[in-house]
Amino acid sequence: MADTKLEPGAAVPELSVTPDKYVPHRYAGASGDFNPIHIDAEFAKAVGLPQNILHGLYSMAQVARAATQAGGGDPRSLKRLAVQFRGMGIPEQEIKVTGTVREVKDGRVVVDTVAEQAGNQIVRNAEAELEPDFP
Amino acid sequence: MAEAPIGKQYPSFEYEVGREKIREYANVVGESNPVHHDPEAAKQAGFRGVVAPPMFCVVYSAGAMGPAILDPEMGINLMLMVHGEQVFEWGEPVCAGDTITTTAKIKDVFEKKGMTFYVFESESKNQDGQTTVKGTWTNIVRGS
Repeated sequence: MADTKLEPGAAVPELSVTPDKYVPHRYAGASGDFNPIHIDAEFAKAVGLPQNILHGLYSMAQVARAATQAGGGDPRSLKRLAVQFRGMGIPEQEIKVTGTVREVKDGRVVVDTVAEQAGNQIVRNAEAELEPDFP
Repeated sequence: MAEAPIGKQYPSFEYEVGREKIREYANVVGESNPVHHDPEAAKQAGFRGVVAPPMFCVVYSAGAMGPAILDPEMGINLMLMVHGEQVFEWGEPVCAGDTITTTAKIKDVFEKKGMTFYVFESESKNQDGQTTVKGTWTNIVRGS
């Protein structure tokens, strides 16, 4: 992890994860967000969605995880994360998080990141700021 | 759209951070670093106790954000609302045993391309008054 050189233009290690069918239910329990569009396929279809969808903040947590790994793995290395949610994430399909170092300034590394499922961006324009080498 | 109460502040919300809640959250999102699970590993890494993954902030902030988003004065149509953008800026790490107090306020409400953007701001502090996270939450309502 820490052996990736964090210099402008460098790719950070890719993270891939396939949330199983019940991840939205477990995430609802862990986070307290029980919005039925995430846990009830029938409700989701009734409001025009293809099926129940992942929580955006679950997908953001995958981006945070990828960024923290790029920073060496210590949770203190992640200082800021800004994201946009766009396409809908769904369970049982691989999420890939990729990123490229944009700049390094005063010990802070800015990484542009994207999370996608089958080419569909679910978190886009993500900007992570890292202070690696903790502690 | 009714006149939006920009600047309105909501009552603060207190959350007591438990070790098992951190583990539950870490397990769901795949945070396997032992500092999120094992008190000894956490202490060796310089934390007071099992430390929360950064995104655990959504768990302790939720109780402050709910009343803001559900405020009748805001008139948000929840059926048409999607989470559009999110920013977190972290400070002091959060560990099991901490008590976190979060306050939320309305930062901005504006219309763009036929959609209404509701921007909320939150700030969370621990029992020693140290800021643990600042959040900017943007929810979008289509065709309102």
